[in-house]
Amino acid sequence: MNYRMIIYILGLILNILGGCLLLPATVGIFYNENEWKAYFLVAVLSIILGLILVIKKPRINVFYTKEGFVTVALSWIMLSVIGALPFVISGEIPSIVDAVFETASGFTTTGASILTNIEALSQASLFWRSFTHWIGGMGVLVFLLAIIPMSGGHNMQLMKAESPGPQVGKFVPKIRQTAFILYSIYVALTLMEFVLLIAGGMPWFDSITTALGTAGTGGFAIKNSSIAFYDSKYLQSVITIFMILFGVNFNVYYMVLLKKFKSAVKNEELLSYFLIISFSVVCITLNIKDVVYSGDTYEALHHSAFSVASVISTTGFVTTDFNTWPQLSRFILFVLMFIGASAGSTGGGMKVSRIILLVKSSLREIGSIIHPRSVSVVKLDKKRIDHATLKSVSAFFVVSIMIYVASVFLVSFDGYDMTTSLTAVAATMNNIGPGLGLVGPTGNFSIFSPFSKIVMIFDMLAGRLEMFPMLVLFSPTTWKGTGTVIKRRLKAIKRKIAG
Amino acid sequence: MNIIIVGCGKVGSTLAEQLDKEGHDITVIDIRPEAVRRVTDSADVMGIEGNGAVHSVLSEAGIQYADVFIAMTDSDELNLLACLIAKKSSTCHTIARVRNPDYVSENHFIKEKLGISMLVNPELEAANAMARLFSIPSAIEVDTFERGRIELLTTRLPSASPFVDCQIKDVLGRFSGKLLICAIERNNEVIIPDGNTFLRANDKISFICNRKESSNFFKKAKIECNSLRSVMIIGGGKISYYLAGKLCDYGFKIKIIEKDKERCEYLDSVFPGNVVVINGDGSDRKLLLEEDLYNTDGFAAITDFDEENVMLSFYINSNFNIKTVTKINKLDIEDMIDKLPIGSVVYPKNITAEMVISYIRALENSAGSNVQTLYNIVGGKAQALEFSVKTASKITDISLCDLNLKNNIIICCIVRNGKTIIPSGQDQLKIGDSVVVVTTNRNLGDLKDILS
Repeated sequence: MNYRMIIYILGLILNILGGCLLLPATVGIFYNENEWKAYFLVAVLSIILGLILVIKKPRINVFYTKEGFVTVALSWIMLSVIGALPFVISGEIPSIVDAVFETASGFTTTGASILTNIEALSQASLFWRSFTHWIGGMGVLVFLLAIIPMSGGHNMQLMKAESPGPQVGKFVPKIRQTAFILYSIYVALTLMEFVLLIAGGMPWFDSITTALGTAGTGGFAIKNSSIAFYDSKYLQSVITIFMILFGVNFNVYYMVLLKKFKSAVKNEELLSYFLIISFSVVCITLNIKDVVYSGDTYEALHHSAFSVASVISTTGFVTTDFNTWPQLSRFILFVLMFIGASAGSTGGGMKVSRIILLVKSSLREIGSIIHPRSVSVVKLDKKRIDHATLKSVSAFFVVSIMIYVASVFLVSFDGYDMTTSLTAVAATMNNIGPGLGLVGPTGNFSIFSPFSKIVMIFDMLAGRLEMFPMLVLFSPTTWKGTGTVIKRRLKAIKRKIAG
Repeated sequence: MNIIIVGCGKVGSTLAEQLDKEGHDITVIDIRPEAVRRVTDSADVMGIEGNGAVHSVLSEAGIQYADVFIAMTDSDELNLLACLIAKKSSTCHTIARVRNPDYVSENHFIKEKLGISMLVNPELEAANAMARLFSIPSAIEVDTFERGRIELLTTRLPSASPFVDCQIKDVLGRFSGKLLICAIERNNEVIIPDGNTFLRANDKISFICNRKESSNFFKKAKIECNSLRSVMIIGGGKISYYLAGKLCDYGFKIKIIEKDKERCEYLDSVFPGNVVVINGDGSDRKLLLEEDLYNTDGFAAITDFDEENVMLSFYINSNFNIKTVTKINKLDIEDMIDKLPIGSVVYPKNITAEMVISYIRALENSAGSNVQTLYNIVGGKAQALEFSVKTASKITDISLCDLNLKNNIIICCIVRNGKTIIPSGQDQLKIGDSVVVVTTNRNLGDLKDILS
């Protein structure tokens, strides 16, 4: 493994993180809060540490899939831990596990909180929570690729490891431009939402944080009652629409920019995504109309659309306590948690395109039982999907289920009811936020033991990075030979000191 | 520039990597997904799976914005068709790899009537490079500039040479003709020399000199320079076909040894009497001796197997006093191969890539940069850049010896009114000249950059 290069990239990431931490510090100064000192301190430390790591440019910058996965996984763990320090230092979240949970939940765009009273936080911390969503949504390494010129095609490994979806491609030949285009679309959409929220009369600070939270499909709100606090149908509808939009593959937006409307609209994943949303909204509306909203169809439609958009895009904002809805609606939401948003979006979950591929290859298997000698090829958007991709999709599915089951098992030691345990893990692993039962819209994750929280931190990171980077990081074969490298290094240093 | 490359084989992927390093936007197309993946994993390029001669695939690759379209698949017909379709869909320049000798002979018709900008034939180019090596046997490398008008010869200075441990100005003093040593390769490092640089034994020196005087120099330097009369070629593929034709024209006696009977018969039918075709295994030592290896002057190992070529040349070079040329197609270990005593080495894929790249650099020049053409020389460790002097500036009309040049830069050649001048300190640059500069500095963008 190219350790030098991994360390170098981690150093760059630390510098970026330091730069990002200066923003909440500024917010703190602006609102005259003491917490800015904590953010400033961590920012400076992070930049200094980062500079130390990047002093030596690696001679060999060759990079393979393994290094890409390890770098991405390490970066995200590092972000979660260092990003959590201001909470601990300022004393707003004294427990380190809680603080890391909160930050990991932010960066992975989960939005699950351990805080019982969000409004007690300083403005700086509220801003930081929402800002972590925005950074994590599109990805830090993608940002790194967009701003720092690095030569060679090896960097694609970083992008592949961080961007969601079964097939990560480029829009344009150069990876730097691709990353730049992605971030431009991202910034433009965020600004659009911000303007529309301001126009609807939402206060400045709230508009900024809400737009950041929606863009990353995160879900941290700055009010205890989340979006229900803004009692405006207009604001809630704007957020509904933008949650759905941020769950769309950014490739579609690029197509629209290129004025290739036909291929944008014909995108199979996009159609399926909208189909699933419409179907769920209709079912839930019919289901809750009489029971919850006593026949008020408009009210039912509004809240079911918001909740469906919030869950399928894996955002996790709430306007109403959907935990009190009938069993059918709750179950639909539970399934949506796993489906998730589109590939190449900022959302989490398994991704609609994976589900399409899984369904198609299952149908093919059934077909091959009926006609054992039949040959059929799985296609998506009229393009043949090769075996390697199909294999990785099935592997992804199996691995997700395995991690899910194992995590539920570990979390069940806390002794909460089935619904709570099942949905708590589902909501963290798929990066949604609120689940059902005790972790529903009115509850939060503070009820769990530190051990369960660590399990869920792992789930959030694994879910955001689509399982494999975290698994590669923790698999012993990855680190085979590392011991000898370190020993040799130490010996060399000793020799240097001695002679 | 926006460049589309169809076909990710050896040449296609080498091109993609090289052009990516030079900062172009590249899209590669190949029908084999694994080939596309291999290239996109190693170079910063966009990959598309599909048939490069299909319009919808090309438009997905953005043919309408492309500046250059390169077709490098195995099939000549596919390459030509892809170029035609690309040409019809945009205003790009098209480059096709065409290898079939039947088409190559109609080179001009294809270029003119079909509007294809450039046809490259790796085998023909490799054969040309080999023929140059056989006609100047003392050189281990021959690079050409200005469409073949200037030759840069590379040779190894033997330890017995009187020039060993001499300063270059003394060497030039002892030699009456005009000669310019542009680069010295010593222990894998390239030095751009000046008059005070010492030559050492076993240096690889690259110099410019015209052909007649070069043999004179070789004699003075005690470098063996018997001209060759007979060449033995192992392997009867396309390169051998072109090489034998070329060498035939130069009046060489040629023996081709080929395993396949039918191919032998074909070769025999196309060549006149001074080409002897032998059906047999070239790696059979007895056969080689029987065919009078002792009295052969040149030996070319051009079978389809790199390893066999290397071993053959190794054997010949260490046991006989014969000029050997080895073809290497696939082996990607040039550093090591350079160290083996196997004589001159020719890499068809690099030659092809280099040709296409210098064409693209020339295009780029018309789009802004002042470098007319750029050649990698001495195994890519130094570059020769060609500039044209368009306007009067600090460097024109001044004797070269008065110019304060940067380190590691040498003006090695001036072309004025179609005549090549090997410059000395008294020569001056005039408007309208073409200048070839050899340097180890990268990123030289303009002629003015050579001043310190």
